[in-house]
Amino acid sequence: MTMTEAATAPSASPAPLLRTESVSKAFGGVQALSGASIEVGRGTIAGLIGPNGSGKTTLFNIITGYARADSGQVYLDGRRITNLPPERVFSLGIGRTFQLTRIFPTMTVFENMLIAGQHKERSWNPLARAGGAASRRHAMELLDFVGIARHAGALAQTLSYGQRKLLELAYVLVADPEIVLLDEPAGGVNPSLINTIAGKIRELNAAGKTFLIVEHNMDFVMGLCDRVMVLDYGSVIAAGPPAQVRADPRVLDAYLGTGEDDDAQDGDRGAGHEGA
Amino acid sequence: MIASGLRFGGVAALLALGIVFPLVFTNPAVTSDAIYTLIFVAAASAWNTFSGYSGYISLGHAVFFGSGAYLTGIATLDWGLTGSQVFLLLPLAGLVGAIIAVPFGLIALRVRRHTFVVITIAIFFIFQLMAYNLQSLTGGTSGLLAPTVNFAAATYNNPFYYAALVIAVAAVAVSWLIRRSRFGLQLRAIRDDEDRARGLGVRTMRVKLGAFVISAVPVAMVGGLSWYFTGLIDPSSGFDPLFDVAVALMAFLGGLGTVAGPVLGALIIEPAQQYFQGQVSAGYLFLMLYGALFLVVILVLPRGVIPTAAEQIGKWRDKRREGDGGLAGHRLAAAGAAPDRAKELA
Ligand SMILES: Nc1ncnc2c1ncn2[C@@H]1O[C@H](COP(=O)(O)OP(=O)(O)OP(=O)(O)O)[C@@H](O)[C@H]1O
Ligand SMILES: [Mg+2]
Repeated sequence: MTMTEAATAPSASPAPLLRTESVSKAFGGVQALSGASIEVGRGTIAGLIGPNGSGKTTLFNIITGYARADSGQVYLDGRRITNLPPERVFSLGIGRTFQLTRIFPTMTVFENMLIAGQHKERSWNPLARAGGAASRRHAMELLDFVGIARHAGALAQTLSYGQRKLLELAYVLVADPEIVLLDEPAGGVNPSLINTIAGKIRELNAAGKTFLIVEHNMDFVMGLCDRVMVLDYGSVIAAGPPAQVRADPRVLDAYLGTGEDDDAQDGDRGAGHEGA
Repeated sequence: MIASGLRFGGVAALLALGIVFPLVFTNPAVTSDAIYTLIFVAAASAWNTFSGYSGYISLGHAVFFGSGAYLTGIATLDWGLTGSQVFLLLPLAGLVGAIIAVPFGLIALRVRRHTFVVITIAIFFIFQLMAYNLQSLTGGTSGLLAPTVNFAAATYNNPFYYAALVIAVAAVAVSWLIRRSRFGLQLRAIRDDEDRARGLGVRTMRVKLGAFVISAVPVAMVGGLSWYFTGLIDPSSGFDPLFDVAVALMAFLGGLGTVAGPVLGALIIEPAQQYFQGQVSAGYLFLMLYGALFLVVILVLPRGVIPTAAEQIGKWRDKRREGDGGLAGHRLAAAGAAPDRAKELA
């Protein structure tokens, strides 16, 4: 969407909204990230791809305060946010979903939406009820959009795997952070709904919201993102517009396997355990 | 609509029963049991407001009970208060409970659930040891004796009863208010997935500490009342490890994290305990019964009476509704009120 990026420009627009600088992280002997630097321009949709175990989820965890970086920095809008706790990172404007979906199982689907919107309520009365009429309506609209509105009164634990993914997507949208980090939003979701989700992301992006998306579904990533960054063994090996990244020999070598039409099924490195 | 009307009627009836009870049952042995039952209704509700909603099981609430009792005792004796004056100390006892809960919570809530339980037990024993050893303040092993009270013999128990009733009703009301508030939602989100809640901007430490402090207040107040009514407090009765076991069992039996559950649990267990204590030889038997009851509840009714019953009623209602051929219930649920059928009675 943003035409500011020339086909050859290696970095995002002048002042990136989110930036990591040489972030490294080891788990015991496993070097999950080694000097990973990414940039997400304000108002763009950025993609982060890479083989299983290349460190994508770990990078999300470090950005959002769920894991501590061994070294390196994270900046939001020029402000250093490295290793801040999750609630601080959220209040500064970064929201996320989890690859292994995390919802609130013993609360109703609708209460899940309310808890995601709770930070917007500036009431001094702690006993005030959650959610005004407007935010309740907005919550229902989003549930309707992802197609689970009729489960609003059911406990979230009764949802199927795919429905949980949709609930988490809906509630991170209700939380309405400045930048949304999505970890495999299309995983386990039926194809027609994937298109609907892509459409919604485009719509929100047009209204100014910034996205950073990890996804193995290449059509989804290439069709949606303004800019794609490729992680391999914890380092960024390529970054640029989708077409350019697609054709990059290093990427083909590391990730896409034998040919660019081979839509990158999992290039599993064996160590690919999912970080929560 | 019908359900909420029924619920309102039930609450009103229960409240009316609570008010007229000592006028109908004038036998002091009966009203005495009723006072202890109300004390535990208050304590179990308050405990549940923190532990039930947040999922952090505290085994240290006896700290508040004992502190409230000692504070009331010391102040009464020092200031030479008598008769109904002593009841005026109870809010002060609640305040002191809240004040103690702040450092207690700040220490214990630094760690997650399992470790939290252990720390609450450790802090509990520190307080018990202090009660034994700060003899000039607490009277050591011999404890603090309450002054004789000159209430009219025929209605001697009534002032204690109504004080207990007021505290119990207030504790349940606060529990209900919290359950339906944004604060309650945050607590339940913490119970479900604390780290996830943080990622949505819930300030978990503040929320947990707030609930911990609130839950300390009624417990400290009934501690003070208990001292005045029983007439004696010593370290083993003030800081009684069985206090938390009893309160937790009540909440588990009735339904952890529900409003009505701890009330129901206290109404079942405390009269039973009073009865068994009355049978002198059965005193120790009740300890064994406690253990057995805990096992049965955990194995047979892991979610407690209220949620299990509510679910059965919900299923039964759904069946009838399907008979009517309408999806009205589902549409109702989607209309934004989000009625939580599984917890409707809670
Ligand atoms: N908590 C953890 N403890 C130990 N090792 C971990 C932990 N989290 C991640 N790792 C390791 O770090 C590496 C990177 O994992 P990460 O989950 O970030 O990969 P990913 O790119 O998200 O993979 P996928 O596409 O499969 O989700 C893997 O080798 C993984 O085993
Ligand atoms: Mg991952």
